[in-house]
Amino acid sequence: MHPILKLVVQRVALGLLLLLAVSFVLFLGVEMLPGDTAQAILGQRATPVALANLREALGLNEPALTRYLKWLFHALQGDLGVALTNGKDIAQAIGQRFGNTLFLATSAGVIAVPLAIMLGLIAARYNGRWPDKLISGVTLATISLPEFVAAYFMIFLLTQVVPLFQPVAMVFPGMSFWQKLHAVALPVIVLVMVVLAHMMRMTRAAILNVMQSAYIETAELKGLTPMQVIWRHALPNAVAPIISVVVINLAYLVVGVVVVEVVFSYNALGQYLVDHVAKRDLPVVQAVGILFAAVYIGLNILADVIGIVANPRLRHPK
Amino acid sequence: MKMPLSALIGIVATSAFVLAAIFAQWIAPYPIDAAAGKVWEAPSEQFWLGTDTIGRDILSRLIYGGQITIFVALASSLLSFSLGAFFGFMAAVRGGWVDLFLSRLVDLMMAVPALIVALVVLSVLPLNLLVLILLMGILDSTRVFRLSRAVATDITVMDYVEAARLRGERQGWIIFREILPNALSPLVAEFGLRFIFAVLFISTLSFLGLGIQPPLSDWGGMVRENKDGLVYGKAAAMMPAAAIAVLAISVNLVADWVLSRTASLKGGRGG
Amino acid sequence: MADLLEIRNLRIEATSYPPGEKPRHVVLVDDVSVSLAKGRVLGLIGESGAGKSTIGLSAMAYGRGGVRLTGGQVLLNGRDLLKACPAGLRSLRGHQVTYVAQSAAAAFNPAWRLMDQVIEASLQHRLMSRKAAEARAVDLFRRLGLPDPTTFGRRYPHQVSGGQLQRAMTAMALCPRPDLVIFDEPTTALDVTTQIEVLAAIKEAIRDTGVAALYISHDLAVVAQVADDILVLRGGRQVEYGTAGQIINAPQEAYTKALVSVRSIHHVEKALSDAVLRVEGVTARYRGTNLDVLKGVTIEVAAGQTLAVVGESGSGKSTLARVITGLLPATAGRILFAGRVLPAELAARSKDDLRELQMIYQMADTAMNPRQTVATIIGRPLEFYFGLKGEARRKRVQELLDQIEMGSGYIDRYPAELSGGQKQRVCIARALAAKPKLIICDEVTSALDPLVADGILKLLLDLQAREGVAYLFITHDLATVKAIADKIAVLYRGEVVRYGAKTDVLTPPFDDYTELLLSSVPEMELGWLEGVLANRRMESAGN
Repeated sequence: MHPILKLVVQRVALGLLLLLAVSFVLFLGVEMLPGDTAQAILGQRATPVALANLREALGLNEPALTRYLKWLFHALQGDLGVALTNGKDIAQAIGQRFGNTLFLATSAGVIAVPLAIMLGLIAARYNGRWPDKLISGVTLATISLPEFVAAYFMIFLLTQVVPLFQPVAMVFPGMSFWQKLHAVALPVIVLVMVVLAHMMRMTRAAILNVMQSAYIETAELKGLTPMQVIWRHALPNAVAPIISVVVINLAYLVVGVVVVEVVFSYNALGQYLVDHVAKRDLPVVQAVGILFAAVYIGLNILADVIGIVANPRLRHPK
Repeated sequence: MKMPLSALIGIVATSAFVLAAIFAQWIAPYPIDAAAGKVWEAPSEQFWLGTDTIGRDILSRLIYGGQITIFVALASSLLSFSLGAFFGFMAAVRGGWVDLFLSRLVDLMMAVPALIVALVVLSVLPLNLLVLILLMGILDSTRVFRLSRAVATDITVMDYVEAARLRGERQGWIIFREILPNALSPLVAEFGLRFIFAVLFISTLSFLGLGIQPPLSDWGGMVRENKDGLVYGKAAAMMPAAAIAVLAISVNLVADWVLSRTASLKGGRGG
Repeated sequence: MADLLEIRNLRIEATSYPPGEKPRHVVLVDDVSVSLAKGRVLGLIGESGAGKSTIGLSAMAYGRGGVRLTGGQVLLNGRDLLKACPAGLRSLRGHQVTYVAQSAAAAFNPAWRLMDQVIEASLQHRLMSRKAAEARAVDLFRRLGLPDPTTFGRRYPHQVSGGQLQRAMTAMALCPRPDLVIFDEPTTALDVTTQIEVLAAIKEAIRDTGVAALYISHDLAVVAQVADDILVLRGGRQVEYGTAGQIINAPQEAYTKALVSVRSIHHVEKALSDAVLRVEGVTARYRGTNLDVLKGVTIEVAAGQTLAVVGESGSGKSTLARVITGLLPATAGRILFAGRVLPAELAARSKDDLRELQMIYQMADTAMNPRQTVATIIGRPLEFYFGLKGEARRKRVQELLDQIEMGSGYIDRYPAELSGGQKQRVCIARALAAKPKLIICDEVTSALDPLVADGILKLLLDLQAREGVAYLFITHDLATVKAIADKIAVLYRGEVVRYGAKTDVLTPPFDDYTELLLSSVPEMELGWLEGVLANRRMESAGN
């Protein structure tokens, strides 16, 4: 087997193992917290009968490991159980909302990624001069904002000061693609803002790092034009770090999306999660939490795999 | 060395916030829960920043809210910092299986975004200040762990640490006299960043309704209380939002400056 | 005929931007004039900070970082480069003038095959077709003695050795048939036995192609082998300029004389005395590996004398120091120190064991805590071992500073405020403070400029005469060995291949490795390189 394939397989296997461990911890760790889970969910004034019923429903009377294995076995077949609050099937509820979340996150990603790379390149090209300082200053301010604050600044600006959009984002199954896109414009702008700042700062650092290499000087001393130097010598070496920066920052979307969905009352997974945390609906929270974790871990595996494949030392071993 | 303007602004603004939080009881013009005016009044002589969704003075609530926000953020960042730095240094100096175990544990904790873990945990724990501080402190200590371990590992391979070992110095001297003085600047800057993170985190949780619970209220909670006013053009929610932003940016400016000083200390001669 | 390159009253300045401070303005080079005819080689020599690389790059009108050429003229074929436009400069860079960097390993782009990089400039300037360029590259690979010249170019930079990369870089510079090649310390990063091969290859290539060259080095003995003329620089100003013969055989300026006579410290070996350290059959390997870095090493250091351990990178000489200090316990063998057996583990050694065995490091920069003053650095062992405190301690620190010939003005300074040589002196004082019987010196002069290194060696010899301390002197530099050793051990791949008194070790008959090592050290004389190569050819023909 080619060594690089071996590394990639190893990395993916490690990622899956990590996901398994995470699901284990999220499922069982919660129960190792001090206090009685059933009591915490129902509150201090719960009747003993209600407590006993809930314990039965959660299966708290069985050994923890048995419950986890049962849950895992069902989950792998797509059965995530039913919500405590309304008895509805969790997998089905997630399925409907996951599409909406994906639509929002993908739209934001498609805009943010090229924009961040472009701004990062500009900032690196004019390192230390005013375009760089301007971009760096603005992004420093942006990463200091929590997502919801950024969201309300944008809402205030774009619905009150310059009334362009609606402050809520609703999508329905019947809407056309363009209608949907218009509906999510404002949340997408907010997400782009939040992700862009991180992604651009890291892209700039990655390119500057490469531009300081001795082989860049060699290329300049061969009489290449600045564009040729960047294109032929800097970019092939910067691709791996830039892609990994992009993927790592897409993971910020995972968190950003939760908050932004709540701000805009957007009917999707994040909103669903936060609602059920407030209702203390443990099975739902665990299922959605593990789904978010899976997406996050998946993105990180992707970043590492790209990093491995793009490394010439690994592609062409001695 | 001269302090740049940005750092000066950062320090002045940060101190103003901290002083306002400490002396909240004396400066706030109105009590925290008194409906002193009409609903959503515009800023005026009487109410400098206007009134909120049930007619309370926003400035007063902002000052009291700052007290809670800064207290919770400071407590949790102190916790995350001491936990992370202690275990990070231990992993670096002891090495071996101690390092391996701690590092793998932290990898596991960082495999899921902190907000998601917090949401899962908060779905079963009671929402009080102690739980919030502990939860945020422990979750965020992973980052401090990684940084202090990296910094300390870089220093432990230095020849002067080896020289101290060869001299026969005890572990305590090596950690406190050889490693710590050289690790201090990056750690101080990191403390600033952790504090910002804690401010953003607690605000976000409160905004989601899962942080500070009424009757107490922090800035994130104030945004939540007043967010509906935005639709009618009432800017009440923007005041606490701006407070969060200004505090975070000021601390960031200070941290940035500390970091750049560290970088310049590493290079070249002082003379 | 006009000269190819003529530099007149060149002035080069730089601005640096330390973060959080005001920009700093410095003059790097001032009033330097030099000329170079077609097919000749000019050597630029000087210590770090002399401005030699900066002048070299000025022949391409190139300034690193904030470096600017601010005065004088740089005439290439009669055309003033300081007045040329960026496009005009690009058309001559990589075409008329090319560059060979010190570290070829960093100067090659890791993402590209060697061939593509070697012919890039020729294609960029449309000097020849790809096919012709590749044929020329293969021809150059062959002339430079690279293995499998026809397929060599298909490899990536990380797939070949440092010496081969340096030759490939020379091929890259020669490929576009330039008028002038700038060699910037091309052999400095190499082991001494590799250096001589690369040096010979470069010299031959220069002669065959008839190209003119600027050869930059801090090592006068190396420059003397390739240069027709030599310019001696110091602090950005020219000290002396003449033919290689004049500079080497009849230097005029005091500074040049010092450079020529560097490494001429002569140390007469002492009669044998009792051993202070005996290493017996020591074998060692690093944790988690199964390769012995040291194999049954047995050596002895006599009290008050110096044993030099010589070897190239990978010979295991630094590992030996780690075994003796207890940082890496040996897997077999034992260490006797002052008549007693030393425990293998550092933790098991007594305070006196630790005190009597001190160590000085190669990089004085990292050997001192940057947050401690000189008083603390030297004072700590005094307090730790002898319980000296307060005024008594400070007084003793002052005495030690006097011993290393540094005045009282330095006692409250931080390491960052000292020069390279001063830093190493403070490290010596710290070792002396413990009143040791033996000091292990690990490449203590190899990071220093030759004259500064000479000063350190003289100081070490003086201290040995006065204090009677023994040295275990680890080095790759045979000139240093000749200067300081009483006994020598030659280490090769973890084994002692030659061991004995200095005169015995340095007198024939030699084993193969010692022969190769000794004959590879450049001598301060013209024609030395040819002599060595002729000798080696005769011997291999004889075999």
